[in-house]
Amino acid sequence: MKPREDDFARRRAHLAKLDDAALERRFWELTRKAVEPMLDLARHNTSPAIERSVLARLGVPSHEAKAIVEGCLSRGLLGHGAGHAVMKAAQTAGCSPRQAASGLAAGRLWASVERAWRHDA
Amino acid sequence: MTPERIALDPDKPIDIAALLVDLETYRPRRKGWVWRDRLPSGAGFPPAPFGYHQISRPLERYVPLPAAARHFWSIDPQPDLTVTTEIASGRFEDDIRRMRMAAWHGADHMMVIRTAGQSHYDGLIEGTPEGVGGVPITRKQLRATRKALDLIEDEVGRPLNLHSYVSGLAGPEMAVLFVEEGVNGAHQDPQYNVLYRNVNMIRSFVDAAEAKTVLSSGGIAQIDGAHNANATAREAWKVTPELLVQHGINCAYSEAVGYPRRLVCLSTVPPTAPPAPALRLDLPYAVALRDVFRGFGLRAQMNTRYIESDPREATVTHVLNLLVSRLTSADIQSTITPDEGRNVPWHYNNIAAVETAKQALVGMDGLDRLVRLDREGELGKAAREIKERAVLFLEEILADGGYFKAVEAGMFIDSGYYPERAGDGMARRADAGVGAGTVIPRAADYWAPVCSHFGRSQAPADLGGQPHACTLCRPDLIPYVDELDPEDNVHRRLEAAAERRPDGLLRPEVQWAGDGVMTLTLFLPAGKDVAGAAALEIARRLGLEEPEVIHSHVAHPAEGTLVEVKGVLPFGIDPTTLVLPKKDELLPDDIIRQDIILRPMTVVAATVGEDEHSVGMREIIDIKHGGLEKWGVTCHYLGTSVPVEKALDAAIEADADAILISTIISHADIHRKQMRKLADLAVEKGVRKRFLLVVGGTQVTGAMAVESGLDAGFGRGTKGQHVASFLVRARAARAGRPIGGPDASAGQPLSGAPRTAGSPKADAR
Repeated sequence: MKPREDDFARRRAHLAKLDDAALERRFWELTRKAVEPMLDLARHNTSPAIERSVLARLGVPSHEAKAIVEGCLSRGLLGHGAGHAVMKAAQTAGCSPRQAASGLAAGRLWASVERAWRHDA
Repeated sequence: MTPERIALDPDKPIDIAALLVDLETYRPRRKGWVWRDRLPSGAGFPPAPFGYHQISRPLERYVPLPAAARHFWSIDPQPDLTVTTEIASGRFEDDIRRMRMAAWHGADHMMVIRTAGQSHYDGLIEGTPEGVGGVPITRKQLRATRKALDLIEDEVGRPLNLHSYVSGLAGPEMAVLFVEEGVNGAHQDPQYNVLYRNVNMIRSFVDAAEAKTVLSSGGIAQIDGAHNANATAREAWKVTPELLVQHGINCAYSEAVGYPRRLVCLSTVPPTAPPAPALRLDLPYAVALRDVFRGFGLRAQMNTRYIESDPREATVTHVLNLLVSRLTSADIQSTITPDEGRNVPWHYNNIAAVETAKQALVGMDGLDRLVRLDREGELGKAAREIKERAVLFLEEILADGGYFKAVEAGMFIDSGYYPERAGDGMARRADAGVGAGTVIPRAADYWAPVCSHFGRSQAPADLGGQPHACTLCRPDLIPYVDELDPEDNVHRRLEAAAERRPDGLLRPEVQWAGDGVMTLTLFLPAGKDVAGAAALEIARRLGLEEPEVIHSHVAHPAEGTLVEVKGVLPFGIDPTTLVLPKKDELLPDDIIRQDIILRPMTVVAATVGEDEHSVGMREIIDIKHGGLEKWGVTCHYLGTSVPVEKALDAAIEADADAILISTIISHADIHRKQMRKLADLAVEKGVRKRFLLVVGGTQVTGAMAVESGLDAGFGRGTKGQHVASFLVRARAARAGRPIGGPDASAGQPLSGAPRTAGSPKADAR
């Protein structure tokens, strides 16, 4: 920001009439308003780290999770959810999600996953 | 499966190798943060005659403050606040040893500092590679550490919280790892990523919502990153309005994703230090913060911004920080080691910092009952001003397009006192930074088939019905990954440490097992430059390797300089070759009394030479201090500054059993000269064998007394019972009879009674 003098005395005029409780309420109203756009982004977006964390919760070891998320990204599938891809692969292959994850991490089962979403589209 | 739990032996070092066995099946005993168990106000602490208002349940095993052992019944009252120690050795196996030491002194929040660069690592690290300025946080490292802490908490009798960092590019996965491995506290603040780690702001905030949701589900206490603004700003007290805003953003974001307020902790630091009028600047800020953030947790950190290489100076600043904690409030009291300004913390400085907190907090117990903040005057006005400046800061953020725009404009970490702007803020772009462009929109059918997930997620009709299991609910599903690097791991380091210590040689250490580092403290009568160079030369000639000046402080530009040098000692000591001085065993009261009833004892006592100290001797003889009179010993106290000739003559006159001299002054070895004089005079007069000759004083040792021709010497910490035990034993030994028994009896001498340093052999020298 451009340097500027301390003009607190002038700026505070509208706050002077607020008592402490009102001033603190204002602090929180403004703060909650400031974080709302970020929350909205978080609700409707995902990231490689989030998807790896979903796979971690499915019991997938970190090196496999990394490979699966990269596989989803390169195929444009990450927006559906990496965990979702694993569940789809498990469904079509008729195996457990954990087995499906190992397959995907090793580069197998991707065709069925891609087919599923091409079909959906 | 319940892994076998092996209790620690307080007399043995923790066996790191044993800790690593069966890690793959180890499960932590609980999830989530544990607060201290506070005792009701006014709680007593027997045998001490005090009540306390701000303490918690005591430890079962501990090392008390140094004054406690002699003067305060060895009590170790623990403050009500959780006490943090920050641990950053770079090797988790050494971190664990340090945690154990810190726990015995009162730390119950073990904050493990991460290795430099882990926040830019896009994924998890596995195994136990060595770190720089901290350790790589991995599953194996966390599990072994948590397993050790589970053992240590049984040893000290208090739950211990393990803490590390969930920031950087792998936040959500770290959060899952933390909950799975029973980690109890975590730093999580997207602003820290953005401002200090140049992680892309969109990625940071999107990841943070997921990470916070997971951490919250595990009951993990969260600490924000706002204190970093204190540590980096030129004039740290000017960032206070911004600090309120930074805390506010992380708190509001956390609560919005469902984090319970009590576990959302603000990391706050009193921003200044002397020679600033620190309290006048720090206290209004502390008050403003606590007004605005009611109900949130408060983690009070100590100042690092103004720490130099002087540990004494750092400690005073930190005690002032503790005063702010007590004058306002805190839930977690963090500690900064007093050597923070000169190196990564050393073992004993972690202890020093924890003791500073414990000592000051207990010393200020119940301060709020004695002192009240005067909010009507200067304090209330200054606190109000900080709040108004923070509200104005928020108004400008919203007026100019929101938080991201404000960061892009460089509104944060500006050194001006807002609304003043210096123009030196940290500007970051929303489309730049590490991880930029990696956030992608969720498709209409986005699904995350797990618990504790934030945001929109919809189970599809054909898959949603399937039972899925998640590691947060089913720990048996957690995969265990061991070492990935065959060279850089804990097993190799333990082998190397064993090689450095062949045959169990003992070496000094400050940081890592057997590192050999030691310090020399020297006062040299020279200016700073000459003193520094001389100190290095002295260290070299003493044989220290890699000597380095770590601190110097001028006493006077020409008269002298204090210098501390560190270096590596090039040898170790074999402890089995050491001759340890035997500890005197005290005789029980009734045995002493019995012996003296059978054979009355008379002693002549005096402080000798030109020495006016009387307190020490009075403590040894006076009945009211539990001195010799208590057992019926007749004591002739001649006073202070008594010539030794006079003491000897008085003993002959009184037909005494012993002469007790006290000599406190030790300049120019005057104490040794007085001892020698008494011994020589007694021999000269032919009465050496008639008397037990005993000396006491703060600089006196038993060995020194015997060297000087006396029978026994007693130093600091001596009680009447030590002297009485010696006199009774030595008198009986001279007469060749058992204690309390008749002369020349066939009775059994007290078995195992150790001979004191002063067994009467002096005449034979």
